[in-house]
Amino acid sequence: MEQFLLDLKREKYNGSYDLAYKTINHLRKIITQTRWANANELMAIIREAGKRMVSAQPSEYVIGNMVRRVLKIIREEYVRIQGESEESVNKGSLHKMVTSDQDFQDFNTPLKELKTIVMEAVNEYIDEMEASIHNIAAQAVEHIHSDEVILTVGKSRTVEAFLKQAAKKRKFHVIVVEGAPLYHGHELAKSLASKKIETTVVTDSAVFAMMSRVNKVIIGTHSVLANGGLKAVNGAHMVALAARQHAVPVIVLGAMFKLCLLHHSALGGNEASFNRLSSPQEVMDHYEGGTEILSDVQIYCPTFDYVPPELVTLFISNIGGNAPSYMYRLLSELYHPDDHEL
Amino acid sequence: MERTAGGDQNSGLTAEQKKQLKKERRKAKVSGKATQSTTQVQTSFPGTDASSSNVLQKSKAELRAERRAKQEADRAAKAAMKAEQTSGGSKLKGPQVPANIQADDPKVQKKAAKKLEKQQVPQRAEGQKKVALFSHLHQYERSLSITSNMGFGNTGIHPAIIQLGLQYAEGLITGSNARCAALISAVCRVIKDYVTPQHKELSRDLEMKLKPAISYLNQCRPLSVSMGSAIKFMKLQISVCRKMSDSEAKSRLVDSLREFVRVNIVLAGKAISDSACTKISDGDVVMIYGNSSLITRVLCDAHKVGRNFRVVVVDSRPKLAGRGALRRLRQAGIQCSYVLVSAASYIMPEVTKVVLGAHGLLSNGYVMGSVGTSMVAMAAKACGVPVIVCCEAYKFCERVQADSFVNNEIGDPRDLLVKTNSHKSNPSLLDEEDWKQMDSLKVLHLTYDVTPPDYVAMVVTELGKIPCTSVPVVLRVRSTDT
Repeated sequence: MEQFLLDLKREKYNGSYDLAYKTINHLRKIITQTRWANANELMAIIREAGKRMVSAQPSEYVIGNMVRRVLKIIREEYVRIQGESEESVNKGSLHKMVTSDQDFQDFNTPLKELKTIVMEAVNEYIDEMEASIHNIAAQAVEHIHSDEVILTVGKSRTVEAFLKQAAKKRKFHVIVVEGAPLYHGHELAKSLASKKIETTVVTDSAVFAMMSRVNKVIIGTHSVLANGGLKAVNGAHMVALAARQHAVPVIVLGAMFKLCLLHHSALGGNEASFNRLSSPQEVMDHYEGGTEILSDVQIYCPTFDYVPPELVTLFISNIGGNAPSYMYRLLSELYHPDDHEL
Repeated sequence: MERTAGGDQNSGLTAEQKKQLKKERRKAKVSGKATQSTTQVQTSFPGTDASSSNVLQKSKAELRAERRAKQEADRAAKAAMKAEQTSGGSKLKGPQVPANIQADDPKVQKKAAKKLEKQQVPQRAEGQKKVALFSHLHQYERSLSITSNMGFGNTGIHPAIIQLGLQYAEGLITGSNARCAALISAVCRVIKDYVTPQHKELSRDLEMKLKPAISYLNQCRPLSVSMGSAIKFMKLQISVCRKMSDSEAKSRLVDSLREFVRVNIVLAGKAISDSACTKISDGDVVMIYGNSSLITRVLCDAHKVGRNFRVVVVDSRPKLAGRGALRRLRQAGIQCSYVLVSAASYIMPEVTKVVLGAHGLLSNGYVMGSVGTSMVAMAAKACGVPVIVCCEAYKFCERVQADSFVNNEIGDPRDLLVKTNSHKSNPSLLDEEDWKQMDSLKVLHLTYDVTPPDYVAMVVTELGKIPCTSVPVVLRVRSTDT
C-alpha cells in the first residue's frame, strides 16, 4: 500500500488508463488480502484506502472514480445476493422512504459467497476497461466519412486507435496540432503517417486559420466532469473556441472510467487540484529565462484546460455516444449517491 | 440587298473573322440540309405531293434568308465590339489576380518565370513536400542560396538590394516597419549611385531599373503590405520628377523617401503612442502577442508617463518572437509574464485589455497579423476582454480576404522540426529524416492569419481611433491627399 502511495505521489504512471488499471488492481488486492466480515466492513476498508490514495494525488480524479466504482459494485452484488433487484438500491424515492420498513440496506449480514462474487464483478469491470479503447475505436466508421478533414490536439491513445480504425475503411486527412510545449502532436502525427493516413502538423497558433477548412474536431480528454465539461490537455480550450466560431462539431472520446463526480469551480478554491502548473523549463529554458533581465518574469505552463460543456457536441464512450447534457445521468449508473463523499 | 450592306463591313473583317464566318455558313448549310432531309423524310411517308415540294422549296429559301440574317447580326456585333475596344480601352479589364497566389496554374507560372528571366532575377525552386491545401501558394524551402548564380555589374541588381534580399530571406530583418525602413534606405543608396545612361530619361529608366530589384526581393521573401505601400509611393515620386536635372531629381527623390519613413513610421508611431496611452489605465493587465515594434513603443511610453500596469506576453512557435518583446519590456522595467498561445485562455481571466499589432489592415475590415493573432483575439472575445489594434495608416491596403487560405506566406517547414541527430530539446519532436521519409506526413508553417473585425473593438491609427470597418474610408482620404 505504501509503495503504491509513493508511486502516486511521484506520478509513476503513464496516462489515465494506466493509472486506472493500477488503482483497480490495487483495490482488488485489498479485497482479497484483508480480512473483513461483512459488506459494511469491506466498504469501510475500501473507503479508507481510497481517501489516502486521493489525498496522495488530488489532481487525478481517476483514483476516486475507481474507488467509488468498486463500492458501487459491492453494493450491487450484495443486494443481488439478497434477492432484491439492483435498482431498488439506487432509488431513494419518497415512496420507498415512507412505505418501506427498513430504510436502507445495512449491509451487515455476512455472506459467504460475497467475496467470490465481488471478485468476479471486479474482474468483469477490469475486462470492460481493457476493452474500452477497442469499443470506442469500433464506432469510428460511424462518425468519419470520406475526404473529411479532422483536427486533433496532442496525443491521445483513444484518438489514435479511433483514427487508425477508421482509416482501414475510409480515406481522410488529419491535421494534428503540435501541442507545445510538450509536442505530443508530433508523436501522434508520426504514428498516423506510418499507417498511411494523410497527416499535416501545424503549430498551435494556426488553429483559427485552419479551422475554416476542418470538418470535425476529435479530441481525447483526461477526465469528464459531472456537468459534461472536460478536463483536457492544454490547448484544447482554444481549439474548442475556434471550432465554435466556425460551427465545427467537437467530438470527445473517452472511456466511462474517466467520468467523475466533481464539478469545476473556476473561482479560487478548486483551482489548486484542478490544474497542475508544470515546470516553466518547458516554455522557456533556464539558459534564456535565467538571464538577469528575464529572471523576474512569471512563466506559466498549465497542464490541463477546462472546456465547458457548451463547446462540446458529442461524447463517444465505450457504451455509445451521448450529448454532454446527458452525462450527469450516467453518473447514477456508475456511482452510488452515498459514496459521493468518500 | 443585304449583300451590299454586308460588303461594306466585310472589308473591316480580319482573316480570322472571315474564317469563322465561313465555318458558320457551313454549319448553317449542314443544319439546313438536315432539316431539309427530315422534311423530305416526313413528306415521303404520306406520299409526295406537288404542294409538298413547293413547301420544301419555300423552306429552303426561308432557311437561306435566316442564315443570312444571322450572319449579318454576327458581323455587326463583332464590328461594334471592335469599335468599343479601341475607344474604351481597359474598361473590360477587371482587377488582375496576382501570380503569387496561382502557383498551381502552370501557364501563369511559365509567364512569371519568363518575366524573371528577362529581368535576370534568379528563381527559387519549389519545395519537395507541399501541403495540398495550399497548393495555390508558393512553398519554398531554405536550401541553396538564391544568389549563388547572380552576377555583379552595371546591368545587374545593385549590391545593396542583394544584401537586403538575403537579410529578408534569412529572417535577419523582421517586422513590417523594419522591413519597410530597410527597403527605403537600400533604394536611397541605389538612387545615389544611379547614373542616367545617355539618351534615356531618369524617370523612365530608374523605374525600369527598380523593377528587377523588386522582383528579386519578392523572390527572397514575399513583399509585405508596408513594403507594397512604400513601393507605390516610390513609383509615384519617380514619375513626378520629369522635367528636372539629374542631380536635382535624385536629391528630391531621396528626400521624399526619407520623409515618407519619418512621417509614416516615426511620427505616426508617436501619435499612436500618445493616443493609445490614454487607453491604458492604472492597474491594467495588458496582453500582447508576438513582437511588434509599435506595441512595445506604446507600452514603454505608457510606462514612462507613469502608468502602473503589467504585461502578459503571449508567444508561439516557431519564431518565438515574443521573447524579443519580453526583453525590451523588461529593459524598460515593466513587470511581465510569459505564456505560450495554447495557455492564452488559461490566463485570460486575469487580463483587462489586449493590445495587438498588425501586419496590414484589409479593406473589408479584417486584420492581417502574424499567425496566432486571431487565436488571442478569439480568446479575448470569449472572456469579454476588449481588443485594441494599433496600426499605422500606411499599412492599410485595398485587398480583401475572408480567410487565411487564399493569400498567405508559407514559411520553411523545417523551422518546426529538429535537425537529424542533433540534440533534441524535447524527445517528441519530429526530426527532418522522419519528415522526409514518410510520404503521408506534411508539416505546415503559416506566417499570417486574418482576424475578423467583430473581435476587434477599436483600431488606433495616427488619424484617430476608428472601427475596423472604416479602412476603405481612410484609404480614400489618403489617396485624395497625395
